[in-house]
Amino acid sequence: MQSTARDFKHNVDAALADPNLQDSLGKLKVGFSERRRQAAERLPEFEALRDRARDIKDHALANLDFYLEEFERKVLALGGHVHWAPTAEDARRIIAELCTSVGARTIAKSKSMVSEEIGLNDHLEALGLAPIETDLGEYIIQLRHEPPSHIIAPAVHLTKDQVADTFLEHHRALGFTKRLTERNDLVAEARHVLRQKFLDADVGLTGANFLVAETGSSMLVTNEGNADLSNTLPKMHIVLASIEKVIPTLEDAAVLLRVLARSATGQESSTYTTLNTGPKRDGDLDGPSQYHVVILDNGRSSVLGTRMQDMLRCIRCGACMNHCPVYGAIGGHAYGWVYPGPIGAVLTPQLIGVEEAGNLPNASTFCGRCESVCPVRIPLPGLMRHWREREFERHLTPRAVRQGLALWSFVARRPKLYRRLTALANRLLAMFGRADGRYRSLPLASGWTRFRDFPAPEPGGTFHARWARHGGSRVRP
Amino acid sequence: MVADVSSPPRRVALFVTCLVDLFRPSVGFAAVKLLEEAGCAVEVPPLQVCCGQPAYNSGDRASSRAIAAQVIDAFEGYDHVVAPSGSCAGMLSHHYPGLFDGDPAMKARAEDLAQRTHELMAFLVDVLGVARVAARYEGAVTYHDSCSGLRELGVKQQPRTLLGSVTGLSLREMATPEVCCGFGGTFCVKYPEISNAMVGEKTADIAATGADTLLAGDLGCLMNMAGKLQREGRAVKVRHVAEVLADMGSAAPIGETG
Repeated sequence: MQSTARDFKHNVDAALADPNLQDSLGKLKVGFSERRRQAAERLPEFEALRDRARDIKDHALANLDFYLEEFERKVLALGGHVHWAPTAEDARRIIAELCTSVGARTIAKSKSMVSEEIGLNDHLEALGLAPIETDLGEYIIQLRHEPPSHIIAPAVHLTKDQVADTFLEHHRALGFTKRLTERNDLVAEARHVLRQKFLDADVGLTGANFLVAETGSSMLVTNEGNADLSNTLPKMHIVLASIEKVIPTLEDAAVLLRVLARSATGQESSTYTTLNTGPKRDGDLDGPSQYHVVILDNGRSSVLGTRMQDMLRCIRCGACMNHCPVYGAIGGHAYGWVYPGPIGAVLTPQLIGVEEAGNLPNASTFCGRCESVCPVRIPLPGLMRHWREREFERHLTPRAVRQGLALWSFVARRPKLYRRLTALANRLLAMFGRADGRYRSLPLASGWTRFRDFPAPEPGGTFHARWARHGGSRVRP
Repeated sequence: MVADVSSPPRRVALFVTCLVDLFRPSVGFAAVKLLEEAGCAVEVPPLQVCCGQPAYNSGDRASSRAIAAQVIDAFEGYDHVVAPSGSCAGMLSHHYPGLFDGDPAMKARAEDLAQRTHELMAFLVDVLGVARVAARYEGAVTYHDSCSGLRELGVKQQPRTLLGSVTGLSLREMATPEVCCGFGGTFCVKYPEISNAMVGEKTADIAATGADTLLAGDLGCLMNMAGKLQREGRAVKVRHVAEVLADMGSAAPIGETG
């Protein structure tokens, strides 16, 4: 997918000026976080489960080579195939070759963020293939030629009215000529249209929430059941997953599932949890005759063993963005690439370069709400700060910021000079702000005063000046 | 408040914070008053400057380390270090040790400072056991939980406990008191549009409570919210919680005169 992360500030302006987006975000902010809070409260051991989930992922990452090979052995023994894709390009090529090997025309896709990451749909379409998204949200944005704006709710940026218009435009040719206004009617219409696509599909392509090493299973959770149709009806099932999705055992999966759904949507469990373990066996009534797992690295292995490894614990629940006030203000598209919100601010610089995505880890107040809800306790603000440190070391921080910082830290390291300068600043700001107690505009502070008044200091001098005047006491001697 | 006169007073160093020093010295004096009334001997180490967050959060580790070393020197030897700010206290207690990962001697000193450092509300209630204050404030207040204090230091109930003892004061909670106000240090001027969207939501939430006063424990957040409330023409007075608890709630609110 083409990144616009470099245009972050421009994207932000557009997002803030989009009334439909702002309307949608208003609902998201309340709904997800409230449901997650209730779900966590209903489960007394939720915090302990978060610790276990973190430990499971840490253990898997510390032994990633072992578990990936174990997974491969199991898949091969079941009669499936594993394909290793070091880069996005490799993954695209492997999947295209698999599709053409069975003469595929239509590919039923279940939602996969990794497929967004590697720009799969555009690639397949360029080869004359027809990938069809079968997750409702993904289907909507595919019709609109938009990227997802949220990792579990890809069309969350759209209002119901926008969806109604999109369906009318695209389904008219299929005989659906009435503009629908009820949510259930929209779902029913999409269901009807998609049912035929499932039946037409030659290949089913899904992502995976987990790859289970001990059984060679790929595990998927959905609320729509679309993954089940994607992987049972067509003759070939391709699983596309990144390396950090592997976990040791089914028991581990059970722990992770318990925190995943609660963190994501506040559900105790997603509606459908599907395990795929190899191709159709003799005697099976249905299932794919070919089962392939494409495992993508795309730069992830380079953070193994570093401080940044924590980002690979992510189980893609979306809680960090659901609770992020920055995401809540600007939505997902402003982040400019596949993964938005706090996890996007950490992952995107790793996957497409900090030169391109340098704004993302900076656009945070470090409020810490993301870390406080992350089911695998990823220290998201700490990782964002780490990117800021990398940018600073590499002189990527904007020049004005660097110069301001250099001046400030020069003064801050000289307490006596600092004291004289703050006393002067205090006197000037207090004097000119005397009449109103605040400034409506202030030179060099337009970023502040464009939207807010700037409080003037209270009269009487700095604290340290007054403290010294009082002879080191709070009351005048 | 009753001080335990039998034991020697605790030697407490006040970390004034740069914003309180420059913009709102009353908060520093309020903190000293609260601490003294709780039986502490308060000193203000003269060589203190800033905690270093502007550098730290901009990725400048070398400057952060130099400033942290200076703060560690300035606050050596005190029983406790107390700041009227969750953000600055959190910097000292949660982030300084990590700055000295390659320097065991300095790391030990940073960890020692971290152990001794407290946010003012948490220190009064959790360490000193203060349950009530002698203060009067006529009005309905709403309280914003500043992020670092809340999520790094667990400051949530302590200010509410103390506010509950203020004569004449009633507390009206916001719908989302724990959501960031959009200040974020340099964030508010680096990404002013996002910051504005965030603080605009916050002021709407504040206004919806009908409270006439907004309180919080961090001056940066307070200046941000005061500036937005005033730009929007909302008649809400803004003060640091320490001022009200120290019975200094009659001074001009932040950003106002007289």
